[in-house]
Amino acid sequence: MKTKINPLIIVTGLVIGVAAVLLTKFGNPKNMGFCIACFIRDIAGTTKLHSAPVVQYLRPEIVGIVLGSAIMAFVSGEWRAKAGSSPAIRFILGFMVMVGALIFLGCPLRMVIRMGGGDLNAFVGLAGFVVGILIGVVFLKKGFGLKRNYDTANLDGLVLPVVLIILFVLFFMAWPALSQYVSDVKAGVEDAKNTTAFAISTSGPGSMHAPLFMALAVGLIVGVLAQKARICMVGGLRDVILFKNFNLLLGFVAIFVAVLVGNVVLGNFTGFSTQSQPIAHSSQVWNFLGMVIVGWGSCLLGGCPLRQLILAGEGNADSAITVIGMLVGAAFAHNFALAGGADPGMVDGAYKVFSLSANGKLAAICCLIALLIISCTNLKAEEN
Amino acid sequence: MVDARGFSCPKPVMMVDEEIKKNNPSELVVLVDNRTAENNVSNHAESLGYKVTHEKEGRDFKLTLSK
Repeated sequence: MKTKINPLIIVTGLVIGVAAVLLTKFGNPKNMGFCIACFIRDIAGTTKLHSAPVVQYLRPEIVGIVLGSAIMAFVSGEWRAKAGSSPAIRFILGFMVMVGALIFLGCPLRMVIRMGGGDLNAFVGLAGFVVGILIGVVFLKKGFGLKRNYDTANLDGLVLPVVLIILFVLFFMAWPALSQYVSDVKAGVEDAKNTTAFAISTSGPGSMHAPLFMALAVGLIVGVLAQKARICMVGGLRDVILFKNFNLLLGFVAIFVAVLVGNVVLGNFTGFSTQSQPIAHSSQVWNFLGMVIVGWGSCLLGGCPLRQLILAGEGNADSAITVIGMLVGAAFAHNFALAGGADPGMVDGAYKVFSLSANGKLAAICCLIALLIISCTNLKAEEN
Repeated sequence: MVDARGFSCPKPVMMVDEEIKKNNPSELVVLVDNRTAENNVSNHAESLGYKVTHEKEGRDFKLTLSK
């Protein structure tokens, strides 16, 4: 089929890529200007759903993306509260996509950002992601489908955006006390005390962030553009395989190019390597399998984690359930030590690679089995 | 007729594609309920040589494919 290219998809990809580089320049962790999985994990941390001390922060980017999508959908008359499409299956798929992403250390969006940062491990992740999508497409072609959704009460479609606004306002109110606590800890004050209800990282990725309102504003812009352009990391590869349609894939490529150029311009680019990459590991079997889970699960869901946020903003309560599944998945990943971690690096003159916990390996295998069961039991859903 | 209301992409495009490949209809009515599906079905049908007319039906979209 001849691809009809929407120029907005390229613009959106470029804006996301540039925004990712800028957010990193202004404080976000390296190669993590955006990471939907990592940011939802940080929100799970700050709300004490897990207690990993280094990943606790209320990422305003997530709030901004959902609100930006909601605003754009309202303006263009596309906002519509819908629900009822296999919610529990979507929840568990969201859960598993998060577990896979945290084993790899990034959602598909961060995978592309890591690729643009010179992290060769992310290319292994890409191979797994493609394989996962290919498996998903096989089942789509066999007739896999989640059930139809239906119109629902407007409030149903507003729950996630409203909850995120409330969380952001509460976090903003707590921010002076939180930032005082963080600076006290960093200054070595002995009786430093967090007097707020939120948990906050004082070191590690959770402690690295761009200013609150800058992150919110960037999230809003990305939400608006992504809603309009329908950018989706999974959709890009899936549409090429299914329909030979390259439109969405161009968004994927545009992000990679913008991040690569942005890193070179800012002097962050040090060449391509698998070793000593920021918040990444070179345990390649698990990089690969983690992203197989993400690709396969997202393909069954009909969109990557970013796309789920956008759909949730448009009033899709099933996608809101998927996002909550990801939040709970992140909590489990850290409460049960399933997640990946950075390579320890040079130890006694030799480069030491991160080793995934036995729990993490078991979780990955369980996810793959569960994906197979879900894929096989939901064939020909449209006939029901 | 293909009723793809309540489905998100790629399902609506796949349903239309399957119907076209199976029956090669000269005219096909497709119902979808979101603009993404409307655009995707329309682009796909045009690439297969169909002319597409768009009508709004309440909050849904009715596409008539013809060749």
